[in-house]
Amino acid sequence: MSSLSREDVAHLAGLARIELSDAELDRMVGELSVILESVAKVQQAPTDGVAPMSHPMPLTNVTRPDVVRPSLGAEAALAGAPEAEMQRFSVPRILDED
Amino acid sequence: MTAVATDAVMDYDEAMAKFDPVMGLEVHVELHTATKMFCGCPTGFGAEPNSQVCPVCLGLPGALPVVNEKAVESAMRIGLALNCEIAEWCRFARKNYFYPDMPKNFQTSQYDEPIAYGGYLDVELEDGSIYRVEIERAHMEEDTGKSLHIGGATGRIHGADHSLVDYNRAGIPLIEIVTKPMVGAGERAPEVAKAYVSALRDLLRALDVSDVKMEQGSMRCDANVSLRPKVGDPLSSEQLAVPLGTRTETKNVNSLRSVERAVRYEISRHAAILDAGGSVLQETRHWHEDTGITTSGRVKSDAEDYRYFPEPDLVPVAPTREMVEALRATLPEPPGQRRKRLQSDWGYSDLEMRDVMNAGAVELIEETVAAGASAGAAKKWWLGEPSRRANAEGQDIVTYAAALGFTPAHVAELDALVTSGRLNDSMARQVLDGVLAGEGTPTAVADARGLELVKDDGALEAAVDKVIETNPDVAAKIRDGKVQAAGALIGQVMKEMKGQADAGKARELILAKLQ
Repeated sequence: MSSLSREDVAHLAGLARIELSDAELDRMVGELSVILESVAKVQQAPTDGVAPMSHPMPLTNVTRPDVVRPSLGAEAALAGAPEAEMQRFSVPRILDED
Repeated sequence: MTAVATDAVMDYDEAMAKFDPVMGLEVHVELHTATKMFCGCPTGFGAEPNSQVCPVCLGLPGALPVVNEKAVESAMRIGLALNCEIAEWCRFARKNYFYPDMPKNFQTSQYDEPIAYGGYLDVELEDGSIYRVEIERAHMEEDTGKSLHIGGATGRIHGADHSLVDYNRAGIPLIEIVTKPMVGAGERAPEVAKAYVSALRDLLRALDVSDVKMEQGSMRCDANVSLRPKVGDPLSSEQLAVPLGTRTETKNVNSLRSVERAVRYEISRHAAILDAGGSVLQETRHWHEDTGITTSGRVKSDAEDYRYFPEPDLVPVAPTREMVEALRATLPEPPGQRRKRLQSDWGYSDLEMRDVMNAGAVELIEETVAAGASAGAAKKWWLGEPSRRANAEGQDIVTYAAALGFTPAHVAELDALVTSGRLNDSMARQVLDGVLAGEGTPTAVADARGLELVKDDGALEAAVDKVIETNPDVAAKIRDGKVQAAGALIGQVMKEMKGQADAGKARELILAKLQ
């Protein structure tokens, strides 16, 4: 599984909303494959008897009580928005995908 | 998009003669916790846009989520009420997609480790039979923001220039409840689908974990439907052995009636395609409440590639068995069982009980009976004027009565005024009007309006004598044994008494004098 196909890269680019030219696609196939192969070295580590880990801290059940805390307020929330309208975040037309 | 072509549909009975339907329902329920799933923002419906947001639910850099304890408890209670196993250890996962309704570019959900799995819900159908819906899983996630599409056709995504997003809803705790394939329902599939969603709504309401208001979107249903050739009885082993057909998923079917209609429509649509030798396209469909049809939501090969991975910002949820058992002890009486018990206690017929349920008045009647009224009187008063007015206002009776300050105690008091003989039925109705108009308690209204049955039997007797005298022909009929003729005299006696008499007593007197 060390090398990527051109289709894989085109698919990932589509998911990431990145437009790649044919030349860029060709280049990324090579570069991403090198990265994958490097990372794949991890798979050589002896992991028999080691439980998979998704978090570095051995913690469970970290929760907070269901108590309201102050929100930002609409003005502050929208302050960083490139565009706002009707107290809402204005975003470009959503692609024809729904 | 221009006008939508109408798909061919097959007559439902014909479709059922040729095909066997299989369904899968996904129900999303917003919990009514005070705060969001991963932050302390409030969750109230209808607030000013973007007034209930913070760095966590806006996905600002560096913001860290913390799980809402109450939401996890609610999720486990839902799982337990659905007879599920509760995971000993489970994690959240990121569901990655680019869509502006989630500012983080992912939704925090659960993937292959749901908090609850492997349960069932027994659903009572209209004829009293039970259909067992197997539950695949119930998992925790968060709701998305709401988009408003500007330009183009009103509010539609197609042709819009840009969209406006309100993130108040983003991050509200959501539980997704997924059934296993529902087989063996045969032609009753649409009814079963509706009955399941209805039973689930009752259960969630009894658990007091959600507002379950489908019209406000706090409970939403996606209906998967597929057909396979019919080879025998829906539950026969030959039929169950036939592989499942291609399914479609109809999104956001947001009323009980629509659940039934949408399933029925998709069955007829699939049947027409399959019967013509075509194949059903696996896709998302949109339900149109107004026209009663579904339209294609377009298929995109990439759309399902969510690249789930464990959420690194949250630690696992690992409920101890003590915790699970403590929550199990808080489960309410199952709604079906409770309904049967109340119906039996109250002596209602099936039809009467259904009327009460449809009116949403079960709790009100329960409290009214507890306050001392008879079950019959409680039903009569709640399903009368208050229900009629609530309907006219487009409100449910509970909300309507609460807003007026009209309580079960008022109804019990009104009933007591009748049973004690102070008011007759028509006076009680006037008193009810006064109470609904905010004039005070029933006793206060009766006092203020001077409503009281005349206790002076002499006055009543005089009125009876007078009416008998002026209606000799009617009196003769009653003497001849035509007791039903007394009604005409009672009416006149009441008129003489200006309505302030006990009609029952008037009847007794008339009969006593003429028999």
